[in-house]
Amino acid sequence: MSFLIPNPRLIRPARRLALPSPRSTSPRQLLHGAATASATLSSPPSNTVASGVQSSEILSIRDSLLSRRRTASEIASEYLDRLHKVEPQIRSFLYVSESAMKEAEEVDRMVAAGRELPPLAGVLVGVKDNICTVDMPSTGGSKILKGYRPAFDATAVRRLREAGAIVVGKTNLDEFGMGSSTEGSGFQVTANPWDLSRVPGGSSGGSAAAVSARQCVVSLGSDTGGSVRQPASFCGVVGMKPTYSRVSRFGLMAYASSLDVIGCFGSSIADVAILLNVISGHDRLDSTSSKRDVPDFANELVSLNNLDSRPLKGLRVGLIRETIGEGVDAGVVSAVQAAASHLEHLGCVLNEISLPSFSLGLPAYYILASSEASSNLSRYDGIRYGNQVGNGELSSIYGHSRANGFGDEVKMRILMGTYALSAGYYDAYYKRAQQVRTLIQKCFRDAMNDNDILISPAAPSAAYKIGEKTNNPLAMYAGDIMTPHEGLMKTKTSEYGGLIDALFKIAQGAPQRNSCSE
Amino acid sequence: MASIFFQGIRSNQLIVCPLAHFSRIQTAVYCTLQRPQGQARPQGQARPQEVSFQEQRKVQQTSSQTATRKPLEQNMKGYEAIIGIETHVQLSTVTKAFCSCPYFYGSPPNSTICPVCMGLPGTLPVLNSKVVDFAVKLALALNCELSVTSKFDRKQYFYPDLPKGYQISQFDIPIATKGFIDLDLPVEFGGGHKRFGITRVHMEEDAGKLLHSDSGSYSQVDLNRAGVPLLEIVSEPDMRSGLEAAEYAAELQRLVRYLGVSNGNMQEGSLRCDVNVSIRPRGQLELGTKVEIKNMNSFSAMNRAIDYEISRQFLLHSQGQSDQIVQETRLWEEGYQKTVTMRKKEGLADYRYFPEPDLPEVVVSEDYIENIRSSLPELPELKRRRYEKMGLSMQDVLFLANDISVANFFDSTLENGAEAKLAANWIMGDIAAYLKNEHLSIDEVKLTPQELAELISSIKGGIISGKIGKEKKASLYLKEVIKSNDIFFLGILDTKITNIDRKDIDSLVGLDWDFFHVPSAGLSGGILVIWNSRIARFHILESSSQLVIGDLDVYQKGMWRIASVYGNKNNYVRRSLWNTLDRFSTNDLPMVVGGDFNCLLNKEDKKGGRRFIFSTGQIEMHNFISRNDLHEVGFLGPRFTWCNNKVGAERILEKLDRCFVNSLALNSSHRLMVRHLARIASDHCPIVLNLLGFPPTYKKIFKFENVWASNPTSSEVILFELIAKGGTVQKIIEEKDLVQIVDPGAIEAMVDKILEENPKQLQQYRGGKTKLQGFFAGQVMKESKGKANPTLLNKILSEKLNAKKFPLINHLF
Repeated sequence: MSFLIPNPRLIRPARRLALPSPRSTSPRQLLHGAATASATLSSPPSNTVASGVQSSEILSIRDSLLSRRRTASEIASEYLDRLHKVEPQIRSFLYVSESAMKEAEEVDRMVAAGRELPPLAGVLVGVKDNICTVDMPSTGGSKILKGYRPAFDATAVRRLREAGAIVVGKTNLDEFGMGSSTEGSGFQVTANPWDLSRVPGGSSGGSAAAVSARQCVVSLGSDTGGSVRQPASFCGVVGMKPTYSRVSRFGLMAYASSLDVIGCFGSSIADVAILLNVISGHDRLDSTSSKRDVPDFANELVSLNNLDSRPLKGLRVGLIRETIGEGVDAGVVSAVQAAASHLEHLGCVLNEISLPSFSLGLPAYYILASSEASSNLSRYDGIRYGNQVGNGELSSIYGHSRANGFGDEVKMRILMGTYALSAGYYDAYYKRAQQVRTLIQKCFRDAMNDNDILISPAAPSAAYKIGEKTNNPLAMYAGDIMTPHEGLMKTKTSEYGGLIDALFKIAQGAPQRNSCSE
Repeated sequence: MASIFFQGIRSNQLIVCPLAHFSRIQTAVYCTLQRPQGQARPQGQARPQEVSFQEQRKVQQTSSQTATRKPLEQNMKGYEAIIGIETHVQLSTVTKAFCSCPYFYGSPPNSTICPVCMGLPGTLPVLNSKVVDFAVKLALALNCELSVTSKFDRKQYFYPDLPKGYQISQFDIPIATKGFIDLDLPVEFGGGHKRFGITRVHMEEDAGKLLHSDSGSYSQVDLNRAGVPLLEIVSEPDMRSGLEAAEYAAELQRLVRYLGVSNGNMQEGSLRCDVNVSIRPRGQLELGTKVEIKNMNSFSAMNRAIDYEISRQFLLHSQGQSDQIVQETRLWEEGYQKTVTMRKKEGLADYRYFPEPDLPEVVVSEDYIENIRSSLPELPELKRRRYEKMGLSMQDVLFLANDISVANFFDSTLENGAEAKLAANWIMGDIAAYLKNEHLSIDEVKLTPQELAELISSIKGGIISGKIGKEKKASLYLKEVIKSNDIFFLGILDTKITNIDRKDIDSLVGLDWDFFHVPSAGLSGGILVIWNSRIARFHILESSSQLVIGDLDVYQKGMWRIASVYGNKNNYVRRSLWNTLDRFSTNDLPMVVGGDFNCLLNKEDKKGGRRFIFSTGQIEMHNFISRNDLHEVGFLGPRFTWCNNKVGAERILEKLDRCFVNSLALNSSHRLMVRHLARIASDHCPIVLNLLGFPPTYKKIFKFENVWASNPTSSEVILFELIAKGGTVQKIIEEKDLVQIVDPGAIEAMVDKILEENPKQLQQYRGGKTKLQGFFAGQVMKESKGKANPTLLNKILSEKLNAKKFPLINHLF
């Protein structure tokens, strides 16, 4: 993206960061959010709220609170009880908030006082541990940051809190988001709630499993090359990877800055839409965040009851041939095809299309992401924060802190990335990967000219067994074949958003249910 | 008896009439020659270095010694130096480059930091638009081509002061490229106009600072500076000497100060230069191995460091050890005046640059550039050309354009109607001297350009008295000294005069004198040699800003070689003085080397002020004295020859002026004696060498009534009043009743009154003590409260004193 300097709005220096960031509530945001929710909610639920809304946990909590059928404390304690009950098996949380009940009581006081409820009042949200929270440790799943407490809330978290949400805890992940199974966490392995012997996917495995096991209502994850979509698929929840730049990355521990996105998990599309509404929008602390207006995602969802029999009439849907070809489980293929024909049934025009650049996406992704990771992770040197190990001599502090702090996967990617950026290799790897990125952008742009929506599975297989792929990184990487492309769509030269806004992928759990024991 | 006379003269004004400079005269002291203190070698105390560098060190020492013996130009025969400079300029934006922290030099460690500049996990940089503004300003001032679209990159390396593990910089697409800088070399170094190419200008962030513990066992990190915006300016390898490099850097400093983008302060590190030096045989296209020098915190240090490094490299070449020149970073050690190895680069550092994904590209539109271009102030180069066209001398031009506040003051004075040359004289003279003494800048005092213009026009209009008196005083004083000491040769140092002619000499010392003059360089220096043509003939052998040396043929008394020295304060510059003197040192003729050496030889030469340090400058002077078999002549008179003219604890006395002779002179039949005359109205005392074989006739030492100094002219009174308290010329004239008295009747009345009140002095005068005219003039001036027109006063006084037709008896001894 580009901008013209003379416009002072574009590069206006950020105001001083507050330490810790005050939880100021912006009235504008509250109103905006409240309007969103109350538009669907202020009227009696039986009347207009349709089946889509009935399945929204967020809206039903709001409904309970407004109608005073239940208190926020009751809801919170129900979730917290379940959280603690299943946590020993699932191990999706790295830290559970101690103040969740107090915050719920605060919501009850608001209800009692008859004050207007913000859109996420009383909603328990799990936050991936690579997203900074001021009142809880944020480790990024890495031992190098064990016990690290940030001085500020990530913008997304700040917006959640301003919208009344209760951050219930920090969810497990592959260290710094590098991995596809959450086995790469520096602290614990999370299990898939559908089958405890299987992985929840990754890297946002903790966030997906927590929603799936109903330990929290919704959760935040982060997606660099599929880390929201793939675990959502493995755990049978709705995962949403927004367009790059839609959600501020401020406070997200960077893995690959040009690909990182904060995403949402929920048990319904409506929940995810409401959550995304809250966290989206420009942030002056992230100069890559988009200035485009945030559409009202939640209100644009239409109730099934209000639809005719062919509501998607004329919508052109492209099924990417390469994503249902060789190397993809038959169950996955049939589930996607079933979904596709369901779309056709709803009136879509289904095309099977080919993306010739498809096979290039994964290698390009791994080179670019590793290169950026090698740079982003160099700040973890044990000097200013995190675990310092060593005998006091500088190179020993660097060496030992990083050797002890980082896990194998992270070290491997740092090495790969350093290699790809080194003099003499830059052209062959980093530069070529950037060229591939341009190529993929072109391919997708062409495909989007002919289609309104592209669909593909989120992963070539359903959730696999814990330990099944840990010794085979290439097989693990191959599991990411479906997801990196959208991230690579981000272009430097066009305004953020644009093309890809329409291209979000909802990885429903349905295909995987077939192979997961319930 | 005849004497040779060396005198330093200091003036604090530069007036159209050069003789007006002889207003203050300096004193000098002597002491017996100290033997050089063995072979004291500071290198011996150098910090321990690694064993593997021992070889290197030996070479350094050798080259260091050689470099002091031979002038650089001679050394470099057949070779040329190639110098390129990378300059980092810290921008004076209110906030840092990528966060909203302020930055103040010297604030307590880690007091102006935030999560962003600390590089905490999850933080992102947001570009401060002022950084782009400033970069574009400087790029335009450097005549660069601007990149419409440029980007930021990450430069990666590990160091504790670099919180993110990478520096945000610009790599392959900098904001500006291909510019140039125009400058004028100082007149004292030969002058000339130069253009040096600018390769690129790019934006980046500064790193923090490490604070090392005294024990060396740990270091602490101060991140205040982390994230402060920098512009890096890379020059083309166009410079050929330390001087050119230093002038390039000085012009850059001037530019950033004119533009207001940085304070350009080298001591605070706001302007840092890394210099690349290599040498190659002339005519060779290929460049030699380059060495980077860091750690120079002044322009003169830069100059010296580079010249040192050039001669070090040349020496290695000439000794066939050119393979010892390796690509490395060397540090300039100010204490030892040499460069030492800091780190040797093993191959090329790989910073693994790649585009910064957290920042969008920087796009500068045509409109934006034009807006900034039209807001640029008049730049130093244009200012100099404009001043030059006004008819100011290059020294004046360089002085005035050097500092933007001075230039603005000057311009504003002209706008108020003052004449350029007169305004320049006042600013460069009394005002500059005042500011220097008080350590103030011109905008810190209350004097306004309007009032200076008013002051100048008041003098011109004859309302108040100017400063004509000073000329008389110098002339009077010199004549007296000459007469009372039978002087036939004078060296006058630090004349601050750019040109002098026959007429000036005649009025200064009388007829029958020949002279040779080295013009002053800027506001300091200048050597005037005067000899009595009836007694001797002087044949000049060599002259420079520090020296006039020649053979004095005293008729029927033989030939003497005489060097009048005005040593530069900078011991590096002084080396060339020793080198020249070495060349002309002789034992075939009696030789005298005298003057202001600006160098103390031992701690007895100094009283007050900072502790005496025996360092390179002292060693070099000792070496020079001993290798040329020179001996200091015993003296009579005050011990110290220089004083800073302060009182109390601040008073500093030094013996800077000396007189040396060779053994031939020492063994001649002449009795040699140096006399330090009283210090009068100046900071140096004159020293006189009696060199003829007669026992000295002890005359009463000449004493000069320092009346003018205690009764400043009206214009000076007003000037200092304006500087210190402000106000208007008109008001001060009224308040202090300073309107010049030009009525001859009124002055005559005052003269009569003074003559009446001082019958004793009048009698003495008429008995032959004509020098008492000064006393009377002073008394009259005092009577008039400084308002009497000095020319008129002197004229009337002379008439009155001599009117009585008393015979003017020349006293005989």
